[in-house]
Amino acid sequence: MQLLRRLAIATAIGLVLFGVGAWLQDGVIEYVQRIVLLAGINVILAVGLNLINGTTGQFSIGHAGFMAVGAYGAAFFGVKLAPVVQRLVGVGSVADAITFNVALLIGASLAGVTGLLVGAPSLRLRGDYLAVVTLGFGEIIRISFNNAQFLGAATGYFGDTPAGLPAYTSFFWVYAWTVAIVILIWNLTFSQTGRSLSAIREDEIAAEAMATPTTRLKVLAFSLSAATAGIAGGLFAYMQSGIRPEDFRFDKSIDMVVMIIIGGLGSISGAVVGGIFVAVTLELMRDLQQYRLVMYALLLIIIMLVRPEGLLGSRELPALVRARFSRAKAAGQGPR
Amino acid sequence: MSTLLQQILNGLSLGSIYALIALGYTMVYGILKLINFAHGEVFMIGAYAGYFAALGLGVERYTDAGFPLYLAILVLVFAMAVAALLGASIEFLAYRPVRSAPRLTPLITAIGVSLFLQNAAMLAFTPNPRPYPAILKEVRFELGGVIVTNVKLTIFVVAIALMVGLNAFIQRTWTGKAMRAVSTNIDAARLMGIDTDRIIRATFAVGSALAAAGGILFGLDQITINPLMGVLTGLKAFVAAVLGGIGNIRGAVLGGLLIGLAEQMTAGYLSPDYRDAITFVILIIILILRPQGLLGVVRPEKV
Repeated sequence: MQLLRRLAIATAIGLVLFGVGAWLQDGVIEYVQRIVLLAGINVILAVGLNLINGTTGQFSIGHAGFMAVGAYGAAFFGVKLAPVVQRLVGVGSVADAITFNVALLIGASLAGVTGLLVGAPSLRLRGDYLAVVTLGFGEIIRISFNNAQFLGAATGYFGDTPAGLPAYTSFFWVYAWTVAIVILIWNLTFSQTGRSLSAIREDEIAAEAMATPTTRLKVLAFSLSAATAGIAGGLFAYMQSGIRPEDFRFDKSIDMVVMIIIGGLGSISGAVVGGIFVAVTLELMRDLQQYRLVMYALLLIIIMLVRPEGLLGSRELPALVRARFSRAKAAGQGPR
Repeated sequence: MSTLLQQILNGLSLGSIYALIALGYTMVYGILKLINFAHGEVFMIGAYAGYFAALGLGVERYTDAGFPLYLAILVLVFAMAVAALLGASIEFLAYRPVRSAPRLTPLITAIGVSLFLQNAAMLAFTPNPRPYPAILKEVRFELGGVIVTNVKLTIFVVAIALMVGLNAFIQRTWTGKAMRAVSTNIDAARLMGIDTDRIIRATFAVGSALAAAGGILFGLDQITINPLMGVLTGLKAFVAAVLGGIGNIRGAVLGGLLIGLAEQMTAGYLSPDYRDAITFVILIIILILRPQGLLGVVRPEKV
């Protein structure tokens, strides 16, 4: 029964996404479509980063590196995979969908493994030091891509044909992945494992004393967070004709941090709001041209000075809404 | 042999610039436990201040005779003063309001200030690199098969002189003593009647002035400057501070020189493509093997 209900919900979400996607394709100009896609990718990045930075309290400012691994992995293996899949199921949208999603999963796995390799040694460090090591790894990853000849080095990777990477990324796939990842992370956060992660954030020594396997959980959360960044990277890669190492500079990591800070560190719904907010404001401010990034930086400083806990703090939207409707109950009920 | 000597000379000259910048990171971290991400941008603005001062003093007119030494010193002092003012203002406007907030808040504020200064500089100075004015006329001479330029030598000498000056300031003057006290225990220092706000401001000012000197030397060394020059150089200097043991002044100098040497050796013997990556490799190795840095001391963790 439960399974049936879940299937029904999944189908309903799928149909809605498909409908909205079809409407977007015809009804809305390309510029808006691009913002909508970017917003979805940002949400994946923000929700994934929030798992490690917000829930677990281990600050990473190098996630652009994992996004890059996912993007390059998905692009490279997607290009190599496409002919194989086409031979098996024939040319068409089915083959494209299979290639795309398998490529995304390969990219995500590579990013996850990279996260494991980076996380295992460096998660022994705390606070600022961890932040700086992740930054260092992010830069090393980017410099490696910058020098990888078979991936186009500094000019970037555009597939094997002059046309560039195929435009697989559509509204449907971006938001299908977004919904799936948000649900996955939500369930993880409010599971027993998630509680252990929060315990690590609140007091690592106390968590350890309570027999929480802190190191293993931190590495797990870090690796999962890297894998979601990898999915976002793959979606990003197939949104344009190619990817360059330039796309994954230190600034990109900062963008992700800004998203979760704006929404409220530790809040999943906050990360969703922050991801959309950054995509939309950065685009809306495009008219201001060179003033855009100055305003963006000022906005970040002002948020820190005025409301450092972000829009939602560490609360979740559903809990906030519920608290509003039933005033009698305290706001602390339900998901934190 | 002579190439090795050449690399060492170049590495020490570059490393002394990193050391100057690393001092600012380490002093601020020692007192506030804050990674001042905006420090790289103070370095950049210092380089620009020197650039405009040199142009204002008519550096073009001295092509043949060379820029007089007293004017070059004036340029250096001006840039250091501008940066000191900037550093103290950043502390007052952005860091002081969040000083008692959880540790991440100042860190993110610092990233915000850094982004702001980068982009403001791109607006004000255009993103294009500018050739650095020749406040020092280059003279090359050969010494035992090694090509030495007076620029490289001057960089090294000026940097070392400033560091010796800083050491005297911190060890001998009342303010320096107060800085050490605040860094050891800020609450106890306040109880002893030290105006901690003033000392923190002074720390930012001194660190920023050294970064500005580093900026001018960097301009002389690399020939051009641009608004984003502070990002990578700032990161490398920070790594230098961590390598030496963050919060430790001598460590910052040692770390800076080592990073400079490592970078030159990598560029010379491995591949110039990896000269930027080596810094981060060193950072990761040091943090995993000896997180307190070469000259740092381990502090027990309190529950």
